[in-house]
Amino acid sequence: MKSLLSPDREFLLPASRRFIFATFIVAVLLEWLPWQGWALAARPDFVALMLLYWCTHKPHRVGIGTAWVLGILVDVADASLFGQHALAYSVLAFGGLVLNRRVQMFSLKEQSAHVFGLLLVGYAIYALVHWQVRGFVVWEYFFGSLTSALLWAPLTLFIQMLRRPRRNPNEL
Amino acid sequence: MVLEDTRALPFFNRGPSAVARLVFFSVLSLLLLFVDARYRYLESTRQVIAIIIYPLQRLTALPGELWHGSTEYISLQSHLVARNEQLRLQHDADAAQLKQFEAVLNENAQLRALLEVKQRADYTVLAAQIVYLERDIFKRKLLVDIGEQAGVQAGQAVVDNQGVVGQVTRTFPWLSEVTLVTDKDNVVPVQVVRNGLRAAVFGLGNISEMELRYQPVGVDIEVGDELVTSGLDGTYPSALPVAKVIRIERDPAYPFAHIICVPLAGVDRHRTLLVVSSVSSLPPRPPDSATEDGSRSKRLTKRGVR
Repeated sequence: MKSLLSPDREFLLPASRRFIFATFIVAVLLEWLPWQGWALAARPDFVALMLLYWCTHKPHRVGIGTAWVLGILVDVADASLFGQHALAYSVLAFGGLVLNRRVQMFSLKEQSAHVFGLLLVGYAIYALVHWQVRGFVVWEYFFGSLTSALLWAPLTLFIQMLRRPRRNPNEL
Repeated sequence: MVLEDTRALPFFNRGPSAVARLVFFSVLSLLLLFVDARYRYLESTRQVIAIIIYPLQRLTALPGELWHGSTEYISLQSHLVARNEQLRLQHDADAAQLKQFEAVLNENAQLRALLEVKQRADYTVLAAQIVYLERDIFKRKLLVDIGEQAGVQAGQAVVDNQGVVGQVTRTFPWLSEVTLVTDKDNVVPVQVVRNGLRAAVFGLGNISEMELRYQPVGVDIEVGDELVTSGLDGTYPSALPVAKVIRIERDPAYPFAHIICVPLAGVDRHRTLLVVSSVSSLPPRPPDSATEDGSRSKRLTKRGVR
């Protein structure tokens, strides 16, 4: 169980480009599920979480450019203004890049707190743009940053599990 | 030991620094935001991307549709029998009313012919399935599964069997975006059924309430009054139910009465809606000096719908 608490201190397979791409596809699909009502308010931002994961764990692979492209895709799907998600995700990715070595020093619980702060900034930027353009803010929107942060630990464990080398059936 | 390569080695060229990238992409985003919010130049780009992601979007809607279908499939026999009985009763009642309605329609046609009044243009309707409800918590919008290919145009009204749902605000080849009447500051010109009073009803951004604004404190509106479209804006056909008054506060301290209505259309209850193709073309609007009734509500609608 020790390895679960400090998942970075074990040997992981190098993340291939294809694997990173697949995780982003899954995140986008989850985000596009038909969420409604309260579920929509509490909808975790899967794309933002996945972005933060790769920005902190593979900062030279996934950066602000990837974040921006993903943001544009989400903008089209959500019918929000062009660049609204893109701006929020770019700042989020920057936060992940700057804090990547720091975040990895902590346990998952403490990482979640860091992630919550970063997500809050991202959400605030999105809401700020909306407020500037349309003149009002829906406060329930920020609830999503909390649920997203709670999802950080399960997500990290899950991806680490996928990246762990499979045991060779020929050994022993 | 951390075995992953997470350190930036200064002797490898990694391209521009993170700060430079952040500034570049932020400026790009802001530029896009500005262009998209001020001018509508980016609609074609949006459409191209929308076509590319359309299959994926339909894929994500699939689990919900399957769930819906399967729950319908396994609903209990007794339920079905009761429901059937209820529907039959309803059908009988409706049939009787329909007969009356036909008679009235005939009589009306005759009277109109007698008066040599121009026939109110018939409008055609297209059935559409809801693909998504409110993609964004900030907005009261939904997407339906017919688009430009089926002849839908931005500005057309969307109704269900109980009343006005909203208006098409953006079209894609196979999808259309519908802004609900309850969207914040969306305006529908209406008429009170009881006395014919004209007014404008505003969305509040809340799915269950709308507000009748700019009515004097002593206005002749009562709780329970039904509001129907007046048809004066050239967008909505006339006499479609929109809302029902549920609360009135007449405080003499304010110039206007505070009138709250509840929308009649059941956006959250159905999967099928009707898109009404444009109403008969009205004669061009005279210049602003005209003092025709309802010109105020028309102007408000334009601004509200944008």
